[in-house]
Amino acid sequence: MNVALPQRKPETQPAPARPVAPPGEAAPAKVVRLTIDGRTVEAHEGETVLDAARRAGRDVPTLCYHPAVGRIGSCRVCVVEIEGARNLPASCVTPVADGMVVRTNTPAVREARRTVVELLLAAHPHDCLKCERNGRCELQDLAMRLGIRTARFHREKEHRERDASSPALVREPDKCVLCGRCVKVCNEVQAVGVLGFAYRGTRSCVTPMFEHGLAESKCVSCGQCAKVCPVGAISEKEEWERVLDAIADPDLHVVVQVAPAVRAAIGEEFGIPAGTAVTGKLATALHRLGFDAVFDTQFGADLTIMEEGHELLERIKSRGKLPLITSCSPGWVRFCETFFPDFLGNLSSCKSPQQMMGAVIKTYYAKKAGVAPERIFSVSVMPCTAKKYEAARPEVNASGVRDVDVALTTRELARMIKAAGIDLAGLPDGEFDPPLGISTGAGTIFGATGGVMEAALRTVSEIAAKKPSGKAGAGKLEFAEVRGLEGIREATLDLGGQEVRIAVASGLGNAARLLQRIRDGKASYHFVEIMACPGGCVEGGGQPRSCDPEIAAKRAAALYAEDRRMKARKSHENLAVRRLYEEFLGKPGSEVAHRLLHTTYQSVEEVASAAGVRKEAM
Amino acid sequence: MSAAQTKERRARLEVAPKPGEAGKGTCKCQGKLADDRYGILDEIIAKHKDTPGSLIPVLHEAQQLFGCLPEDVQSRIAKGLGLPESEVYGVATFYSLFSLRPKGKWTVNVCLGTACYVRGAAACLEALKKELGVDIGGTSRDGLFTLQAVRCLGACALAPVVMIGETVFARVKPEDIPRILADYAATHSSEVAAS
Ligand code: SF4
Ligand code: SF4
Ligand code: FES
Repeated sequence: MNVALPQRKPETQPAPARPVAPPGEAAPAKVVRLTIDGRTVEAHEGETVLDAARRAGRDVPTLCYHPAVGRIGSCRVCVVEIEGARNLPASCVTPVADGMVVRTNTPAVREARRTVVELLLAAHPHDCLKCERNGRCELQDLAMRLGIRTARFHREKEHRERDASSPALVREPDKCVLCGRCVKVCNEVQAVGVLGFAYRGTRSCVTPMFEHGLAESKCVSCGQCAKVCPVGAISEKEEWERVLDAIADPDLHVVVQVAPAVRAAIGEEFGIPAGTAVTGKLATALHRLGFDAVFDTQFGADLTIMEEGHELLERIKSRGKLPLITSCSPGWVRFCETFFPDFLGNLSSCKSPQQMMGAVIKTYYAKKAGVAPERIFSVSVMPCTAKKYEAARPEVNASGVRDVDVALTTRELARMIKAAGIDLAGLPDGEFDPPLGISTGAGTIFGATGGVMEAALRTVSEIAAKKPSGKAGAGKLEFAEVRGLEGIREATLDLGGQEVRIAVASGLGNAARLLQRIRDGKASYHFVEIMACPGGCVEGGGQPRSCDPEIAAKRAAALYAEDRRMKARKSHENLAVRRLYEEFLGKPGSEVAHRLLHTTYQSVEEVASAAGVRKEAM
Repeated sequence: MSAAQTKERRARLEVAPKPGEAGKGTCKCQGKLADDRYGILDEIIAKHKDTPGSLIPVLHEAQQLFGCLPEDVQSRIAKGLGLPESEVYGVATFYSLFSLRPKGKWTVNVCLGTACYVRGAAACLEALKKELGVDIGGTSRDGLFTLQAVRCLGACALAPVVMIGETVFARVKPEDIPRILADYAATHSSEVAAS
């Protein structure tokens, strides 16, 4: 039997980890033929034996390999037999060759895999019952799949303390299997370089420099490490029990907001196929959990567009600092403050949608609902771990108290729903509550890379063209040039006679490359969107974990489909946002808007030296 | 600055610590001193910057300069060579040749080999930890002793064995520890640090 090659897709594989390919580089690779378990399989030169085997329906087990991270070759779980090879090569790092004869399931292969996994288990704490990953752990899955029933080995490993110093993440180094995924993500994909291997032998570990806690390191809380860790060694800091307590407290008015990307992914945790938006079911689930009001962060996204669009036009008109760079992604903001402080003046002063919502909930909504801000317990559900860090930043307290009390991840909400005995898949569709649950398709697409840019363009192009707003279809709706999953995209658009150069980057490594080009004067733009996570919020550090190479594309497609279903698709057509301006804020960029919806940034070095001065003065 | 000048400056800085200096607990490599070793470090980095694989030679020279590789030195090397800190730390901890913390004037080796162990080495180790106020690998606050555990010193007949510098102490009892340390420090105080 023959397995022919599918049509080759444009480079979307672990694209985030790669520099932008110059156009025209995608020359067709040579096709080779090899035999895998007796079948002839076609493959492109440069592909790995693992790629070819999986396409041929042979699911070779892996541990360190992850499609969003790329090849590491450290664990040797994926070994196969290749005729003529001296030992059993690791299929995830072995390139295909013409005429190769591969066997993926021989006794020798099975024994080798089993030994590798048994050795990992021997050094792994037997904490499964209490582990966050229990039931959804790649090490458990492997042990299950390889039929491990005995413990032949015992191994010593130096104990290392749990690190809960970060507001976003918890590391449990004892559970680490040293696969190297997080190290590669943190260094190569995100270009942050906090996590690394240290020591050797039984002392080997993955750690920030000098075994500091993450809070003392340069970690930006993006959570990409937590998303790819195969075991329970890195996770979000769980806070959902606090939310349950708040709901049970009759004195508190508990309000929740949900980010766009959550609806595109949470279904996966309940067996709904990836790429299905479960907006209505999600609203029902939140009501059933007992929240007093169920709002949509997409309202905050629409509001962000009003303010940021205004800021962009102002900066272009008054020749202010350009490019304007989006500030919705707190991991990116932290990265900028730490590694690119010379760009802080370019960051939009707009708070993120989460924080705009937080500010509006405890001021405008509090007044409207007649509840004192101190009695409101404001919860957000985010695809993101950095949102926990953002909500804890000292400057975000517009109402005088902390604006967002708890930021949960998508994964935490799924746990909360399960703990309440609710089966999301079987729920009827519900609605978000007015007024802050009303949103447009522009808010929905915030969840995919390029979405903020597109949402802004929908509004700005209309204002710039002086088209009468309000009439659906007055301006351009879809901007295909900013969509897609390449790490960096750029385009030049015409906005009412003004040529506007834009760029979109997702993943901090890509952001760093883009900023370096701007620094070196090799590129210049008016408007730049940057998201910390490769693929945008749909692939955020708080999203359900997945080893599906197409996952980002599927989730983004769900958001774009949702956008097409929406009645209003431009932020300035959001009637609830308009009322907010009429009743409370005045105009975009007004003094009130500035006080509530905008913020300031400080480079990490400035903060450190200011703290040093304070200390010395004491 | 020429290479010769750098070498000369470095030679000037490498004089042995003045008597009593180490005793203040402020080892010369604490890294917070306003000295010009950082200038020299920058020159070392600049010299190697464009050679691939230069991390190990830079770490090696930095350790000769500072006596060990404290955090700010590693951060500076990472920044200077354009490498992630995680990578620098990884290499600095991988090779036993490098040391992160200042070494004391003398190393105390406690044998934890089987013979010593069954004859009470663990209790001796505890006594040493208590007396020096450090864990294994740590250096006492007065900068004199670094505590190490070893697998077997090959002197099983004398178990349990503790070795300080080159001197072997046989059949050590936990209660002897304070006296052994005090005597050793008194009789060897004129010695110059080994490193
Ligand atoms: S959260 Fe991001 S920056 Fe922090 S350690 Fe993980 S990958 Fe690195
Ligand atoms: S922390 Fe997780 S991802 Fe990182 S090396 Fe350990 S097991 Fe792998
Ligand atoms: S999956 Fe291939 S070596 Fe780990």
